[in-house]
Amino acid sequence: MVEIFSRGKALSINPLKTSQPMGASLALLGLHRAMPMLHGSQGCTAFAKVFFVRHFREPIPLQTTAMDQVSSIMGADDNIIEGLRAVCEKARPAVIGLLTTSLSEVQGSDIHRIVKLFRGRYPEFQGIRILPVNTPDFDGCLETGFAAAVRAMIEEWAPAGGRPGHHPRQVNVLPGSFLTPGDLEALKEIIAGFDLHPVVIPDLSDSLDGHLPAGDFSPVTTGGTPVTAFATLGEAAATLVIGASMNPAADLLQQRTGVPDHRFAHLFGLDAMDTLLMTLAGISGKPISPRLGRQRAQLQDAMLDTHFLLGQARFAVAADADLLNAFCCLLGEMGAEVVAAVASSRSPLLEQMPIAQVKIGDLDDLERLARDRQAEVIISNSHAAETARRLELPLVRAGFPLYDRIGAYRRTWIGYRGSRQILFELANILLSHSQHDIAPYHSIYSCKPDYRQEVSAHGIATASADSARPH
Amino acid sequence: MKAHDIAALLDEPACAHNLKSKAGCARTKPGATAGGCAFDGAQIALLPVADVAHIVHGPIACAGSSWDTRGARSSGPTLYRIGMTTDLNEQDIIMGRGEKRLFHAIKQAIDTYSPAAVFVYNTCVPALTGDDLEAVCKAAQSHWSVPVVPVDAAGFYGAKNLGNRIAGETMLKYVVGTREPEPPPVDPRRPDIKVHDINLIGEYNIAGEFWQVLPLFDELGLRVLGSLSGDARFRDIQTMHRAEVSMVVCSRAMLNVARKLQEQYGIPWFEGSFYGIQDTSNSLRGFVRLLDDPELTARTETLIAREEARIKVTLEPWRQRLHGKRALLYTGGVKSWSVVSALQDLGMDVVATGAKKSTEEDKERIRELMGKDARMLDDGNPRLLLDCVRDYRADILIAGGRNMYTALKARLPFLDINQEREFGYAGYQGMVALARQLVRTLESPVWQAVRKPAPWSTGDRSHG
Repeated sequence: MVEIFSRGKALSINPLKTSQPMGASLALLGLHRAMPMLHGSQGCTAFAKVFFVRHFREPIPLQTTAMDQVSSIMGADDNIIEGLRAVCEKARPAVIGLLTTSLSEVQGSDIHRIVKLFRGRYPEFQGIRILPVNTPDFDGCLETGFAAAVRAMIEEWAPAGGRPGHHPRQVNVLPGSFLTPGDLEALKEIIAGFDLHPVVIPDLSDSLDGHLPAGDFSPVTTGGTPVTAFATLGEAAATLVIGASMNPAADLLQQRTGVPDHRFAHLFGLDAMDTLLMTLAGISGKPISPRLGRQRAQLQDAMLDTHFLLGQARFAVAADADLLNAFCCLLGEMGAEVVAAVASSRSPLLEQMPIAQVKIGDLDDLERLARDRQAEVIISNSHAAETARRLELPLVRAGFPLYDRIGAYRRTWIGYRGSRQILFELANILLSHSQHDIAPYHSIYSCKPDYRQEVSAHGIATASADSARPH
Repeated sequence: MKAHDIAALLDEPACAHNLKSKAGCARTKPGATAGGCAFDGAQIALLPVADVAHIVHGPIACAGSSWDTRGARSSGPTLYRIGMTTDLNEQDIIMGRGEKRLFHAIKQAIDTYSPAAVFVYNTCVPALTGDDLEAVCKAAQSHWSVPVVPVDAAGFYGAKNLGNRIAGETMLKYVVGTREPEPPPVDPRRPDIKVHDINLIGEYNIAGEFWQVLPLFDELGLRVLGSLSGDARFRDIQTMHRAEVSMVVCSRAMLNVARKLQEQYGIPWFEGSFYGIQDTSNSLRGFVRLLDDPELTARTETLIAREEARIKVTLEPWRQRLHGKRALLYTGGVKSWSVVSALQDLGMDVVATGAKKSTEEDKERIRELMGKDARMLDDGNPRLLLDCVRDYRADILIAGGRNMYTALKARLPFLDINQEREFGYAGYQGMVALARQLVRTLESPVWQAVRKPAPWSTGDRSHG
């Protein structure tokens, strides 16, 4: 049973958490020709935009309903209508995500009603899909905002009463926010290797993978899942769900379409990948390729090579629940210890993690726990760089945001190959930060010339023997 | 904050925008707005105060996505880099526990970090639910005898610019004038020199760039009494009312501070910039003009002559490489002309400049520098910028970081000139860094590579 410690202090110091509207924006950015619009003050969007631009090093389409003092108090319905109209006219997107913030939620804005009102007033924009999602930042975190947006997409666009298996080669994928564009690329390749056709909802590996498009400028996303793909979800042979945060979305899809789903908490390490491949073999009726078998054997070999270093190594991890759990499982598989685990927000998954204690908190909690429990390596986002510096510990960057390393956003963690790479990296870090050096001891009877010098400097021999003793 | 207080702040008499028909800053358009909110502006303006605990009172989005992002550097304390927020949750808001949480949060910050002061930033939700920020701060201050300053600039009050002003106004109301400065330390090499106290307003020490200018101030005998807010300490800001001159650096957003320091304490002010050789020299002369000290005048002219001669020699090889290169500059306000002069110092042609946030005065300055047919862009949407680059055959786009990936996706050399950049361009020495960065992107071999179509592609491409 995992012991969960909730937030116990008034001040959050060095926040770990990223807000729900950010998570929902991220999900929208995985759709083709999309424009997320935050219903709040202009700062909500400006901050979110800078955040994603720095993380992905890409232009990020994101708009705002620009609530000001009058509309914050008197009602901002007109801002929504005006904002939707402006975006429809100027950017010509396929999809607009209308996402609330704390400001509009506290005000009590009814976005679903306003979207209906907009539809009545501007029938000429009927072809543009609008997705209203409630994502106040006083609740949840990036992971839950992302999941809420995906659930809303299914709610709005997945037709009821599917014909499961009508497209026997189609596999739906609902990936949680902790899968990077690199992860999704790897996953799609694996699925395609079984002669299956993956439909990823949403597909960040097609929009924010960092590609140079042919055109010079687009006001909306260039790539991602087309909205038309939702119409086919009910005809797939199966759905793969990655991350416990996606369960509510998966429940809805399952209930709506009847397509059987297979759920994975994560795809880090040997066990998770074995299960995934067996599942895909079952769905496709195809054998697992020798190539994957080889990769599995390579991962096993890497596990052997690295276990001398990773066994009993002490890790401190801070992230949203899905990613935190993934690392705890991978490290657990290697015999390493997660001595400090900090989650940004509550999640049912926390109770099932393979560790003794979880703290819901911030990077300050991580810092104290890591110090108290003598962690050797930190795993968290770029904000933890200062934390790690103060602790004089190495940092492995994962999660959101990652702004101080080029290309970190698209690193592949999953699969046999991704897992092998992490094991190598973690082992190398431990190797270069090894603290197992035995301090030299100088015998009081030694005649080594360099040592004699020291003795004479101290006058008495025992003094230098004392100072050489490890403390 | 009350509506009429906001209206008063928007109506800045010293701002030349006001002379035109529209009253002060324009309102934002839903669905077509870029740029930060008032909270963003207030935080940018004050966050560089290094020894203060900066607490953001609100739900997670405000601090969560904005902490630890700015490039302002401190020569000492690093407390300002610790992100702090009350991280209000749903229950806090429904049950009205925000004020209580804030009160305890202030205590926690004081107990943990012993800050010189605590700045509490209001945000939209507590502003809407009506948390009494001022009362909580007052109570906390009297409880723990540490200055606790309410910065009431919630996001929906307006744009970033308004937040800058509120921040300045807050400093004037709560901090400036609460302490008398110590006499300046005596320089043993020049014990008899008369040291003048000055203020800097709107200088943020991005990437530490002001440290390239500060040694010149030392040489001239100018002491930076207080700065808003690059490398500032709380106790410096307390004494800003005793300065002899204020310089407004490169931004009109905090003109209200300079104007009120003049009205309340009789401190004269001028506007200047440390970008470019010419402007750096002009700014140093700006102090001379208002201080009226013949010895200072002599020292300044000697220094300018020496530094200009030195930097011209250093820049010569760079100037040869940059000569005749065409730049399109898109940046706001004062920077629209101050950077023009820096680029011209490097021998570049500025083919057009942004003038969206520039005043009539700024535009006049631009005409002086670029000739009366100077092309000024009023709208900075990415499509328009790229079209201008093509029409004016510009070799490089120089703009804020927000436009960086627009330029790169269009396969266009780019230089970042705003807040988040990692290089300091200020002062004579900063010109070398500027030149190096320009050459680095302009002469890069990657442009050819990224414009080259795949050898197997047969279709015609518009790029190349």
